[in-house]
Amino acid sequence: MPIDDYVPEGAIATKLDAALGWARKYSIFQYPFVTACCGMEFMSTAASHYDLDRFGAGFPRFSPRQADCLMVVGTISHKIAPVLRRIYDQMAEPKWVVAFGVCTCTGGFYNNYATVQGIDTIVPVDLYIPGCPPRPEMVLQGLVMLQEKIQKQRSRAKAS
Amino acid sequence: MSEPAAANPCQGERREAVPSAAFDALRELKERGYNVLIDMTAVDYLAQGREPRFEVVYRLMKLDLSSGEDRGRVELHVKVPEGAPVLRSCLSLWPIADWLEREVWDMFGIGFVDRPKIKRLLMYEEFKGHPLRKDYPIAKRQPLIGPASGERPDNPSFNTVRPAVKYE
Amino acid sequence: MNNAPRAHKTFMLNMGPQHPAMHGIVRLVLEAEGELIRDVDVEIGYLHRAFEKHAEAETWNNVVPWTDRLNYVSPLINNVGYAMAAEKLAGIEVPERGQYIRTIACELSRVTDHLTCVGASAMELGAFTVFLYLIKAREFLYQLIDNLTGARITTNYARVGGVKADLPQGFEEKCRDVFKKVREAVRDSDKLLTKNRIFMDRVDKTGVISKADALAYGITGPFLRSTGVPYDVRRAHPYLVYDRLDFDIPVGRTGDNFDRYLVRLAEIEQSLRIMEQCFKQMPPGKHSLEVAEMKNAFEFEDAGKFGNTALLKKYAAKVDQTLEGGGRLERGGIDSPSRSAVLPAKEETYGNIEGLMNHFELIMWSWGIRVPAGEAYVAVEGGNGELGFHIVSDGSDRPYRVRCRPPCLYIMAALPILLKDSYIADIIPTFGSVNMIGGELDR
Repeated sequence: MPIDDYVPEGAIATKLDAALGWARKYSIFQYPFVTACCGMEFMSTAASHYDLDRFGAGFPRFSPRQADCLMVVGTISHKIAPVLRRIYDQMAEPKWVVAFGVCTCTGGFYNNYATVQGIDTIVPVDLYIPGCPPRPEMVLQGLVMLQEKIQKQRSRAKAS
Repeated sequence: MSEPAAANPCQGERREAVPSAAFDALRELKERGYNVLIDMTAVDYLAQGREPRFEVVYRLMKLDLSSGEDRGRVELHVKVPEGAPVLRSCLSLWPIADWLEREVWDMFGIGFVDRPKIKRLLMYEEFKGHPLRKDYPIAKRQPLIGPASGERPDNPSFNTVRPAVKYE
Repeated sequence: MNNAPRAHKTFMLNMGPQHPAMHGIVRLVLEAEGELIRDVDVEIGYLHRAFEKHAEAETWNNVVPWTDRLNYVSPLINNVGYAMAAEKLAGIEVPERGQYIRTIACELSRVTDHLTCVGASAMELGAFTVFLYLIKAREFLYQLIDNLTGARITTNYARVGGVKADLPQGFEEKCRDVFKKVREAVRDSDKLLTKNRIFMDRVDKTGVISKADALAYGITGPFLRSTGVPYDVRRAHPYLVYDRLDFDIPVGRTGDNFDRYLVRLAEIEQSLRIMEQCFKQMPPGKHSLEVAEMKNAFEFEDAGKFGNTALLKKYAAKVDQTLEGGGRLERGGIDSPSRSAVLPAKEETYGNIEGLMNHFELIMWSWGIRVPAGEAYVAVEGGNGELGFHIVSDGSDRPYRVRCRPPCLYIMAALPILLKDSYIADIIPTFGSVNMIGGELDR
């Protein structure tokens, strides 16, 4: 049966962004930049009880070249900040950044000489998940919100 | 006021030494069987206005290898003046002193001689000052990248920040 | 052709600071000769968060949340260790029930610590199933801790003078349930790993440390016990109620990764045993001291506005009891006229004037509890070894200096000895058995 019976003419072209977004949002390859306490909660979320895999984001890639979602999990100090920035620069487009935990969002209660006051001062952030550390349910909700954001994103080729 | 040290076996007997005699005191203690350097730290008494500003605390333990019993502890307090904050390193007695001395240097600026070049343990090399001194403000930032003040800009959008990345 | 013997060339290999096999962030600069490691330079400090500086700026009880984030795999032990140091300085003793509750809390944390360490290092050696089993078991324990303290990881449970709240209702039955599941998970992992050829080849006789080296580096905890020295702070200097409990101290023989794995597994069982005994022995009564009992120790500044507020009690507001540990209306332990050293239950704070005053007195700046001037050092057995707190007080409402003795710093300092002349692949099991916790290492 020809496809034209179902979709109007030209629909494939206009829906390309939607199709790309759909494909991307269910195959998030995350790079866990795990530094601190939030890593324990990230571990819980990724393991079998909460199971990040249900949302297509279960497989961590430990190479920034292969990842498209940088999960910054835990406090970022000034000493590690250049490393984070470098890893962000190494990731290929399209890429998203998740600030996991309140330390990465604002610095949390670590307002001191050693801690970066929010990673948005060094890399752009797509999604903030506050909490110290956020509970796994909250992480999952954040992931769903990220998926919505990815779905709505227009492709770079078209925008340029 | 209560006397907590007596009822506290972890703390052990308190001794004091002058900086020039500290190494000999430690060596003598080691010869007497205090075989583990449990901890080494410093206290900055600037806010209390005490005369020798720093006090370095060595904490030793006499551990029995076969029974695992702690046969006694001792803590050695060494008062270090602000003008010449240098001690003789006890790296030759316990190799762990390497990192502990580096931490004390990093946090308090108390130097150690008779050891390989001392460098910071926790902070980065570019950091100026010693953060656990009482006169270092808690929020005085020296970021490596990002906005120079380390604070969030008014409009926290990435395009306005443009961090300059410095690599080694 | 050149027949001279080929000079051995070494090359530098950088591992970290962000590396999948490093739990946390630490940088190893290896000098390798082919697959052999000739020298290691360890760089730490990437998670320095100024715990010790913050502790100088906070009131005595406000330091407790900071201690959660030291060893975030076993936060309850840090809470208890800090509170004990402050109490030692103040010369006060927690009621018996409070000590039992603290013991239970410590052992819960020790089990989560060992489960995480064994699970994560097994995962890095390819045993993903074991990771899933053990993290599942840890999840049940986290639910218990959630039930007990109101948070899964950042527990903030101990207070100077007691604990935040009594055990929630039905805690013992829940524990019994969970312990059964934990034992099952540990048994399964034991079957999967302990005689597994692939696992054995990686961990047996790798990362060996001698007794003399362990002593020279001041190593304590499971790491020291794996070399055959049965030093355990719980036995050497019994604190809380450990002298009344029957438990064994598992020791290894060779001090390699396999021994450390076995010691940790055995300690999980001992911790579960300790908790079961605690539930049997635990007396009823108060879990925390009241201010009247701390009068000698704390110069508690009294607001002195006691009216006849007996009638106010019937207006006690009903607060949604989302935290099971917080609901104390049905418990006789604390009722409104007694002003506890720990924050009153929210029903009390919102429901009557004494509770409100008690709350504010404790949390306002330059009020709250005061600890007499002096110095104290208290050690507890943390997940990685002797966790010490050295506290200096100048008699004000906040500590003058808090020094935490981080047990894994000493092991990390010995890492060059553990890794020298071994293969690059041995880094993974050795580093896994170190159980490096960034928050504690760098503070």
